[in-house]
Amino acid sequence: MSHLLEVTGLEASYGHTKALHGLDFSLDQGGITTILGANGAGKTTTLRAISGMVARKGEVKLNGTSLMSIGTADITRQGVAHVPEGRGTFVRMSTEDNLKLGAYSRTDKDGILEDMERVFSYFPILKQRRGQQAGTLSGGEAQMLAVGRALMLRPKLLLLDEPSFGLAPLIVQELFEILKRINEAEGVSMLLVEQNAALALDLADQAYLLETGNIVISGTSESILENETVRRSYLGY
Amino acid sequence: MASDVETQVPAQTDTRLVSGKKIPFKWVAVFIILGLFIPYFVQGYVAFQGTLIMIYAVAILGLNLLTGFNGQFSLGHSAFYAIGAYTAAVLVYHLDWPVYATIPVGGLVCFVAGFLFGLPALRLEGLYLALATFALGVAVPQILKSSHLEELTGGVQGLDVFRPAVPEFLVNNLAMNMDRWWYFIAFFVMLFMFWLAWNLINSRSGRAMMAIRDNPIAAKSMGINTSLYKSLTFGLSAFYTGIAGAMAAIVIEFVAPDSFTFQLSILLFIGLVIGGTGSIWGSIFGGFFILFVPNFAEEISTGLSYAVFGVILILVIYVMPSGFAGLVNILSVRFKKLFGAKTS
Amino acid sequence: MDLFLQQILTGLANGSIYACLALAVVMIYQAIDHFNFAQGEMAMFSTYICWAMIHAGVPYWLAFFLTIGISFLGGVAIERIIFKPLHNAPVLSHIIVFIGLLAIFNSLAGAIWDHNIKTFPSPFPEGSFEGLIGMHEVGMFFVTLLLLLGIFAFFRFTRIGMAMQAAAANPASAELVGIRIGWMLALGWGLAAAIGAVAGMMIAPIVFLDPNMMLGILLYGFAAAIVGGISSPGGAVAGGFLVGVIENLAGTYLPAIGSELKLTVALVLIVAVLLFKPNGLFGKTIVTRV
Repeated sequence: MSHLLEVTGLEASYGHTKALHGLDFSLDQGGITTILGANGAGKTTTLRAISGMVARKGEVKLNGTSLMSIGTADITRQGVAHVPEGRGTFVRMSTEDNLKLGAYSRTDKDGILEDMERVFSYFPILKQRRGQQAGTLSGGEAQMLAVGRALMLRPKLLLLDEPSFGLAPLIVQELFEILKRINEAEGVSMLLVEQNAALALDLADQAYLLETGNIVISGTSESILENETVRRSYLGY
Repeated sequence: MASDVETQVPAQTDTRLVSGKKIPFKWVAVFIILGLFIPYFVQGYVAFQGTLIMIYAVAILGLNLLTGFNGQFSLGHSAFYAIGAYTAAVLVYHLDWPVYATIPVGGLVCFVAGFLFGLPALRLEGLYLALATFALGVAVPQILKSSHLEELTGGVQGLDVFRPAVPEFLVNNLAMNMDRWWYFIAFFVMLFMFWLAWNLINSRSGRAMMAIRDNPIAAKSMGINTSLYKSLTFGLSAFYTGIAGAMAAIVIEFVAPDSFTFQLSILLFIGLVIGGTGSIWGSIFGGFFILFVPNFAEEISTGLSYAVFGVILILVIYVMPSGFAGLVNILSVRFKKLFGAKTS
Repeated sequence: MDLFLQQILTGLANGSIYACLALAVVMIYQAIDHFNFAQGEMAMFSTYICWAMIHAGVPYWLAFFLTIGISFLGGVAIERIIFKPLHNAPVLSHIIVFIGLLAIFNSLAGAIWDHNIKTFPSPFPEGSFEGLIGMHEVGMFFVTLLLLLGIFAFFRFTRIGMAMQAAAANPASAELVGIRIGWMLALGWGLAAAIGAVAGMMIAPIVFLDPNMMLGILLYGFAAAIVGGISSPGGAVAGGFLVGVIENLAGTYLPAIGSELKLTVALVLIVAVLLFKPNGLFGKTIVTRV
């Protein structure tokens, strides 16, 4: 079995409110998996639980190593890059500084410069915006910066929290094409959370459907697309 | 009409919600009887210390109304204590006022000063108000020393305050002397001020104050004039502290700028925290604490008392965040549980 | 004209000290959203440590740098031991702890080194520069300027400095790029303590050493931070120099103030700026928490 990420019995809670009730799922090496679900189903919480940003129980293993006893910063250093909801760029710093901070935990200067060029090759607009304050970027540019910053970690796993949020359809299309290219070229696995189910299923090869903190349906993207419930509730046809 | 039906209040409303909490008469009675007899069983100096404790308790209660019940912070209450004290001293020294009359006047002057300072300061959120009051507390001794005010305040030298003799018939009938006389005055002033605070807290206005403390936005949206309440509370808090300052000036018979440094603000703040923010009677314990702990600590090493205070302050945050009053509450609940378990 | 120039220069020299304290206050404010009311007493205590070392025969500059190091470690320790557990505590708890620290340092300094006012040596030659300003003031100005430039270079050009900024600006995102924000907070405290120590050691030859020496100076530091804008380190430093000059000019040319109401100037500055320009002269918008 070459599972990159293995999640068993994952629970998460905010204060006394439980948001996840024991999730079991796994991610294949190099694959793209998506988590679908309505608002409040626990999609974002799942990503946060993997990154250690909420109180959690259960087991999360990356390449067989547990991520349960270490903090967010150290989980990141294990190769889990999380592009958070709302992008989370450092708005008062320049685009370039944001990218540099993405490689904060690395010390190989040459590799960092190389990766920065590679990020610029995926997102040429960022090169133009290099010296500009991140807070002044457009929504699409900011999202590209957030993904670019995550890539600077040279991650094994990329967690993407609603990358399409608030972006124009054309921009979303461009962004998802680039994500596909990154996945193919770098072999980096992705776990994608999306409201836009059609878009997500198009990109992903595996999918899970989350309802109120439980996984209710799982399977390949094709099989999920066929599923009557999913079609009616999340795809709208 | 349908609307009549909807607005009818259910009959079983908890009466405590409407009329507020009742004063625990049993305990208050014990406290008053004890308080009345103490000066006849102790040395004059101890009675004097008791007087100071009660004066501090009133000042701390003032701070408590602000912080504990309204959620605002002040590190500058030494300034209002000073204004109360100097009001009393100036009225007695320059204008030969009767000392008794200067106590309420000291309070009223502070109310105005506090209200005026609170009026602009209430635009400042918690931390900024703490900063502004910190500046006030640090600056006031220098203002009192200023040569421009020297004719009024006596400059660095300060002013003497002369107390009139104890009324003759009390000396004859109740074995009254100066220490006991002012002990009783402080005692009754304190009882009155605490009674006032109790009624305020358990009134509509008191609930408005606490609503502002707990959720300013919700309070505003319920129609509470938060700005007015905040500056009134600031004025009221200064009023209490001013009354205490005026009494202190009279009892000590002297005012000087160096009695009202920033350290006094710290002292009152410590009394507040140790006694318990949001507890009325905890203020009395706070008064006890700030009077006796320095004496105790000075015996170990001179000048160490504030270090002891500091350590205790920090420990309080970790060990008993609700202060002494909270500790007593917890213990009494435990005791009742223990007791209840035995009888059942 | 000479008097005017003299007051400006003295104002800039004093202002450099206020700038240091303002920067220290702003650094801690940015990290934990609180004013460190104990900043002045921490600086005072550091200065006493330096005095004790010099008194024991340690050469001035060695004692100077050792004190900076000790203060840095002390600041780190305070954050790790006292403030780390208070991360989500209410504002009141923080104020209580700051006041507690203030009381502890003030009282300990008096208990260890007694309350007598002490002279503190200056590393700079005696005499004055062109008869306008003492050589110590000149030296003080350049030492603190050097320090401030160093700090800004650190924040701008080093990896750790950028990470500290990131951690202060957006802690959640900072963790997601692998920054251990807990240590960044501790580092911020250490730096603030070290900057304060330099300010204390530089001002001590002028105001003399006693446990209450920093209270008024901290008030000016706060005034500088507020004038410059609490959200902007550069603004705070500019505010420091500005406040230093204002203090001296007001003391010289406004007869009502003289030398005896200088703290009132700070009080008025703080209250006025908070009321009419709450973001400071150079600051960006503050997002207030209600």
